[in-house]
Amino acid sequence: MNRSLRLIRRRLLTSIPALLIVIILTFLLLETAPGDAVDAYLLSIGGGDAGVAASLRQAYGLDQSLTARLWLYLTALARLDLGWSTAFERPVIDLIAERLPNTLALMGSATALSFALGSTLGIIAGAKPESIKDIMLSTISLILYAIPSFWLGLLLSLLFAVQLRWLPTSGIETIASGKTGLYRLMDIARHLILPVGALTLIYTALFLRVMRAGMVEAWKLDFVLFARAKGLSRTRLLLRHVARNAALPLITMLGLQAAAMLGGSVVIESIFAIPGFGRLAQEAVTGRDAPLLMGIILVSAVLVVTVNLLVDLVQAAFDPRIGASEASS
Amino acid sequence: MNLIHKLMKTPEGAVGFIILAIMIGIAIMASTISPGDPLRIAGRALVAPFTDPALPLGTDRLGRDVAAGIVHGARTSLLVGAAAALAAIVLGLLVGLVAGFCSGIVDEVLMRVVDAFQIVPGFLLALAFVSVMGASLPVVVLAITLGAWADPARLTRAQVLSLRERDYVAAAKVIGMHPAEIAVRQILPQALPPVLAISATLVAAAILTEAALSFLGLGDPNSVTWGSMIAEGRNVLRSSPWLSILPGLALIITVVGVYLLSEGLAKALAGDGPAMQGKLRNGAAP
Repeated sequence: MNRSLRLIRRRLLTSIPALLIVIILTFLLLETAPGDAVDAYLLSIGGGDAGVAASLRQAYGLDQSLTARLWLYLTALARLDLGWSTAFERPVIDLIAERLPNTLALMGSATALSFALGSTLGIIAGAKPESIKDIMLSTISLILYAIPSFWLGLLLSLLFAVQLRWLPTSGIETIASGKTGLYRLMDIARHLILPVGALTLIYTALFLRVMRAGMVEAWKLDFVLFARAKGLSRTRLLLRHVARNAALPLITMLGLQAAAMLGGSVVIESIFAIPGFGRLAQEAVTGRDAPLLMGIILVSAVLVVTVNLLVDLVQAAFDPRIGASEASS
Repeated sequence: MNLIHKLMKTPEGAVGFIILAIMIGIAIMASTISPGDPLRIAGRALVAPFTDPALPLGTDRLGRDVAAGIVHGARTSLLVGAAAALAAIVLGLLVGLVAGFCSGIVDEVLMRVVDAFQIVPGFLLALAFVSVMGASLPVVVLAITLGAWADPARLTRAQVLSLRERDYVAAAKVIGMHPAEIAVRQILPQALPPVLAISATLVAAAILTEAALSFLGLGDPNSVTWGSMIAEGRNVLRSSPWLSILPGLALIITVVGVYLLSEGLAKALAGDGPAMQGKLRNGAAP
């Protein structure tokens, strides 16, 4: 069988049961919450009598048994129906589809920038382990990686938006600016500089550390020693052999980071008031909107699975051993 | 003792050890250093830091002592970090041990559960868990644990799988040792080191997650946390930025201390190998 197909099949074989477990566990968790969507809704409109509550519960299907509702949810899911958001009075899938692109733009650009920057700096640091350059880069990256993104975001906005007034403090674009086309894109880019910058600084530190650690290991490999003995030029050895070998764990890291980034979007979008996926999660929590929260968790799990599948395929392209046989995992 | 001696010989380990020792000291002595409720009003509102000797780090917009908040915040931060990491390691060891040792359908089912916890962003899970259960210290610890136990579980299982085929395990079977006893007394101690190696990272991640949760207002409302202090300071960020900056610095110093200690430990443990290794490594680096 084709290698890529085999990889996809293997990933799906484990991911689909895992996704099913995610759905069931999340469903049970949100069920244990005291009060339901109707309580939250009635509270928001100033209350209502028992009759109103009962009819609303019937309309939402909340009067049925737990298993019946889980089954109802699963069958609706099969039709790509994620339910009805009680806080926004809109279908959950529409809300997520509306917010997700902002988060993907934010996380995508931060990942691309930090990956490029981090791997380059990692090569510089790992070129000569324990050299002055390495110690400096390692120390800086260690400190950067300890900084919480929301604190860095606050500081950057204090410096560049409040003090220097170079950049906007929050939002994804200037409200009612009437900008279109390229001008609108540039406006969005200006708004994204600070959040992307904060995330890039932190993720660069991570990628730098992973790349450097991989390089330190690669220098010890037999074939690198052999290539040195053979008299290969330093640059060629460094880039073609050592760095190439260290790049694989870096790509694995991308897959592992996908989940952390989606989680991290909550705080960074809260700081910069970006109407994205993470902020939606926070709004779902404040609005006690169980269907929305459920949909958000489910969609994020599907996204993480997809990213990991892509990482599998990229790695297979780099390393012919991956997915070459049926047996290995 | 020997390990601590080796640890102190690495620069990372020594600095990390000192930072954490100070932080833990502050956390333990919090009530002695600044007695009374840190959330009480201690003076005028928005006193700037380093202006009043009685309030060395100033006050926030309700007149609460910032220094007291930072001192008591250390307690919450370290307590939650250590408790969540410990719970994640214990749960991970247990699940990994059972999955690796039983294999077959048990392994298959447990690993799909581990997968499920790895594909859901830990922070979203924590957010959902706290919002359902209500914010309190034990709930926050449990919420962070939920997102953290899958990695140690996977690591333990891999380790158990490689250990269970060893001769000494076969020998234990031959002498009629109970499988549970083999798992706990023969395999578990050997499976422990790689899991302990990531424990520092787990503590650091737990501290940062707790800070983020309380920053969003989902921490325990009855205890001071650095995250909630940063959030509180955010309201007056323009006029009194120190209110957000100071607790953030405390947070960063603590997490750096944990990272340094973990690097020092890794170096100290690696140093146990033959001296040859180090020579080869230096020789290989041009």
